[in-house]
Amino acid sequence: MRSTEVMVIGGGPAGLSAAVEAASLGCQVMVVDSDLKLGGQLIKQTHKFFGSKEEHAGTRGFEIADILFRELDENKERIQVLSNTTAVGYYKEDGVVSCVTGEDEYFRVKPQRVIMATGAQEKMIPFPNNDLPGVYGAGAVQTLMNVYGVMPGKRVLMVGAGNIGLIVSYQMKQAGVDIAGIVEFMPHVGGYWVHAAKDRRLGIPIYLRHTILEALGDRFVTGAVIQEVGAKGGLVGEPKKIDCDVICMAVGLTPTCELLWQAGCEMTFVPELCGYVAKRDNQMRTSIPTIWVAGDAAGIEEASSAMVEGRVAGLNAARSTGHLTDTEFDARSSLYWKRLSDLRAGPVGEKIRYGISQACCGSWEV
Amino acid sequence: MDLIKEHPILDFQHGKKVKFFFDGAAMEGFEGEPIAAALHANGVVIYRETPQMKRPRGFFCAIGKCSSCFMVVDGVPNVRTCVTALAEGMKVETQRGKGLVPALS
Ligand SMILES: Cc1cc2nc3c(=O)[nH]c(=O)nc-3n(C[C@H](O)[C@H](O)[C@H](O)COP(=O)(O)OP(=O)(O)OC[C@H]3O[C@@H](n4cnc5c(N)ncnc54)[C@H](O)[C@@H]3O)c2cc1C
Ligand code: FES
Repeated sequence: MRSTEVMVIGGGPAGLSAAVEAASLGCQVMVVDSDLKLGGQLIKQTHKFFGSKEEHAGTRGFEIADILFRELDENKERIQVLSNTTAVGYYKEDGVVSCVTGEDEYFRVKPQRVIMATGAQEKMIPFPNNDLPGVYGAGAVQTLMNVYGVMPGKRVLMVGAGNIGLIVSYQMKQAGVDIAGIVEFMPHVGGYWVHAAKDRRLGIPIYLRHTILEALGDRFVTGAVIQEVGAKGGLVGEPKKIDCDVICMAVGLTPTCELLWQAGCEMTFVPELCGYVAKRDNQMRTSIPTIWVAGDAAGIEEASSAMVEGRVAGLNAARSTGHLTDTEFDARSSLYWKRLSDLRAGPVGEKIRYGISQACCGSWEV
Repeated sequence: MDLIKEHPILDFQHGKKVKFFFDGAAMEGFEGEPIAAALHANGVVIYRETPQMKRPRGFFCAIGKCSSCFMVVDGVPNVRTCVTALAEGMKVETQRGKGLVPALS
């Protein structure tokens, strides 16, 4: 059995920020991440980020990851990083986490504190043949293309005009992939207009009020059928056949929360946070006093806020293991919460603010 | 290999080129990169066949979460090829059905 003061599950922006925060305050930290490379979704982002200066707005996603990797390196004597290692079980009887490196090297860890920063996973919509090879999640397309330099396909139909659908379409075009179009059920694009404008400038057709009816192909995708949706939600007009070898799904993300369920954390369904999330107090602590959540796992938002939530979780784990005084804690904590409220300010933050108000119980102590 | 030749922002650093086998056919890929990415670059998109409906399956999530990319690697079934690193001489096979654990078969 291995042991550590703080175990961080997930090495995306939230988990890495948590690890760096806790380690820089003196904690012994272990980070596990399933992937071969650290950085979560951040290393796949080639565009410049919005958000605030503190969270590196204006810097490209993968370059923000490089900044976090440097911080990790500066604290390397206190952080153990295990990549290609998945936390597969949390035993609530004794707080033991079981992990597997690769496919067969199992081991157990008994951490004093756990930070769950497992990120998100992609949603899917039902349509005939949606299981054919060539129907790929937007995250998978980004991994192939932006991390490994592999062409995802020759001609791609994007489903979903939220920020991810818009950005990934643009990124594919940059990599030399032809985009057949973007299909969006709603009468308007869901993402920021700057991203939609970039796509339009590249001549990518955006089919608003359209849906995908089926994927075509026998052994793999050779096309898709789309059709217009009328004002009452029914189909109107004629079905259109689109030639493509990849159908890229960008229909939303949902928090990855299996371990939180296993641990017995109190969970709640919050549509604004895109699924089930752990109830937390105003320091990101779950109903189990030794477990914190951060990032997309706590509700789908953005890398900027994921990084600050990670800091909050790391800071709290460090305080609860006696690494800093209350005064030091208060100073840092109020700084982080100020940043979070700045990031969530204004009309764009309205949905997330409401979602958090549904998931946050203020304080667990009564 | 179907790799991105020019990119306005990214500069891809690949590792050592290695030889591996897909259903007996020799292919090339980069050491340490996911098996699934190497296969995709070689034009292979079908990774397994489902146990009951015999439907072809390929890549989907690329983060080890969906089980779509399971293959038999060096005799071991149900390997998540999207998060398993390619190595020299690996024998990668299409998985049909549930796969048999070597020690028990
Ligand atoms: C196309 C696109 C564009 C975006 N643009 C922006 C933007 O402009 N600005 C912005 O702020 N945000 C943006 N984001 C969002 C941002 O990338 C995510 O919100 C952010 O990455 C979330 O961070 P995270 O650490 O919570 O999760 P992730 O980055 O998803 O990382 C989670 C990590 O946990 C690991 N993991 C999961 N389960 C386990 C387990 N059981 N054991 C071990 N490891 C596990 C995963 O492998 C992964 O590495 C964008 C996202 C996408 C997809
Ligand atoms: S593609 Fe989903 S587990 Fe590999």
